[in-house]
Amino acid sequence: MLKLDGVSKNFGGLPALSEVSFTVPQGQLTALIGPNGAGKSTLINCITGVLQPTRGAIRFRDEEIAGLPPHTISRRGVARTFQNLKIFPRLTVLDNVLTGLTNEGGSSMLMAMLRLPYLRHRERRLKLRALEALDRFQLADKANWPAGVLAYGDKKRVELARATVGNPQLLLLDEPVAGLNAEESFAVGEQLKLLRSSGHTMLLVEHDMDLVMQLADRVVVLDSGKCIAVGTPDEVRRNPLVLEAYLGRMDATA
Amino acid sequence: MTGRQKILYFIYLHRTGLTVIGLSLALLLFPLFEDNPYTLGLTNQIAINAIIVLGLNLFVGYAGQISLGHAAFFGLGAYGSAIATVDFGLPAWPAMALVAALVGLIALGIGIPILRLTGHYLAMATLGLNFVFYTILLQWDEVTGGPSGYYGVPFLSIGSFEFNDEVRLHYLIWGVALLALLLCLNLVRSGVGRGLAALAGDETAAAALGVNTRSTKVKVFVLSAMLASIAGSLFAHTYSFISPGSFDIFVATDFVIMVVVGGMGSIWGSLLGAGLITMLPEWMDIFETYKDFIHGGILVLVLMFLPQGLVTGLIEMGKTRLALRKARQGRQEGSGC
Repeated sequence: MLKLDGVSKNFGGLPALSEVSFTVPQGQLTALIGPNGAGKSTLINCITGVLQPTRGAIRFRDEEIAGLPPHTISRRGVARTFQNLKIFPRLTVLDNVLTGLTNEGGSSMLMAMLRLPYLRHRERRLKLRALEALDRFQLADKANWPAGVLAYGDKKRVELARATVGNPQLLLLDEPVAGLNAEESFAVGEQLKLLRSSGHTMLLVEHDMDLVMQLADRVVVLDSGKCIAVGTPDEVRRNPLVLEAYLGRMDATA
Repeated sequence: MTGRQKILYFIYLHRTGLTVIGLSLALLLFPLFEDNPYTLGLTNQIAINAIIVLGLNLFVGYAGQISLGHAAFFGLGAYGSAIATVDFGLPAWPAMALVAALVGLIALGIGIPILRLTGHYLAMATLGLNFVFYTILLQWDEVTGGPSGYYGVPFLSIGSFEFNDEVRLHYLIWGVALLALLLCLNLVRSGVGRGLAALAGDETAAAALGVNTRSTKVKVFVLSAMLASIAGSLFAHTYSFISPGSFDIFVATDFVIMVVVGGMGSIWGSLLGAGLITMLPEWMDIFETYKDFIHGGILVLVLMFLPQGLVTGLIEMGKTRLALRKARQGRQEGSGC
């Protein structure tokens, strides 16, 4: 589904990513972990077109996407959530989720201004789909609330609903449980399980090891911009390089 | 559902359409009750301003950009129509369309480079644009008539029916304003409109959702410039005399004040903002003398206490209160109190 090949990113000569290569297979949940500053967010931004990689290839469904603008990558079927929550506080919850269907709403300003019957029907269909998504995330009763007044956990769910409503080919989740309490992150974990079982392909960036070990089919470990391990959660957990990156060098006698 | 509920639901479902119909009827009948030419002249002025403010609100309130230069597009429309009809002898209606198309092209040419800027820089650039335009109007007097203005723009007409008094102009100008209102209402209630709202909320998020942020900004800029140009053409054909003072930077800031006071991102607020700010000097003499001070003061007050503007701010406050009250009720029921 997604294949990274030797992706590097320098910020004014400082390497943030060097020669990162891995694949995200279809229908699986791949987790991307690594200590702070390992380059996880930079990598997500390169995949979604917010940043352009300095070198390397990013192929999505066998097409090169490195260097394309973000909206084009979105139109090819890549959706994402953000580490620091980017919902639209002034829009209602329903409208927030509807923005997730931007790629299907038609983009001709002239047609929109004339509001021809076919557009009206399409609007109705999109609204139904957005309501279904709200239902899946237990937000249906808050559909007409301004999203800004919701509790933090609810806002996270709005963002998830918005990212998944368009049935993306690939879903990038940037720390979906950061800042949530145990109960809320459990609930989000359950949602992610549901998404995985319904066949979504996901790349999950997460600090919460419990969640990663529970959910991931495969784990990719980044450290200082390099990919140091790829494997199943169990393999990665036993990998000495990974332990070193997280805990520091092990003493020979320890 | 009972009959009563059905009616209420119908009203709720079609609230936008019904409001437009209601407003159209009121405007249709207005000259029957109010035939004072002075008052009608004022309401016509409101309609002209409303056409500009509707477009500008799409750009400022929906797409989240800023323009302190829309008086220039207004002026381009006015002088364009004047020159096309008087100097080139073109018929007025095609001239209006031609001028609007040209202004759209100019806005495209300006918008592509200038909309790379954001925030204060964009405000300064558009302000500069308006200043350049104003200076050209003053200095290039062989074409524009210079400081003494441009005389003798003909009235618009359909066949032998001339729009030459306030009542006839009322129907013409408000007709165009209602059409603009309808188009803008349609636009914001579509996927494109949600894309605009997303753009105003967060550019990175909007792009990740598939909104082409650069081209959307430019398109809305062009659309708002064309609306301003049409308003300018109507202005020239209404007063048959135009002078640079109607298109200076203070007028440009007044348009922004109308957007802000009425409500950022509220189509109906645009009407209210245009109405309030146009009427203020009429209601109190002091507003006439100290207009610029008072407009500035109003802007500061609104931005401090209701940063989304009157209509949007009040609606949002209401929605938030309602949501919070529901949440409290939910908690109380849940806890069994």
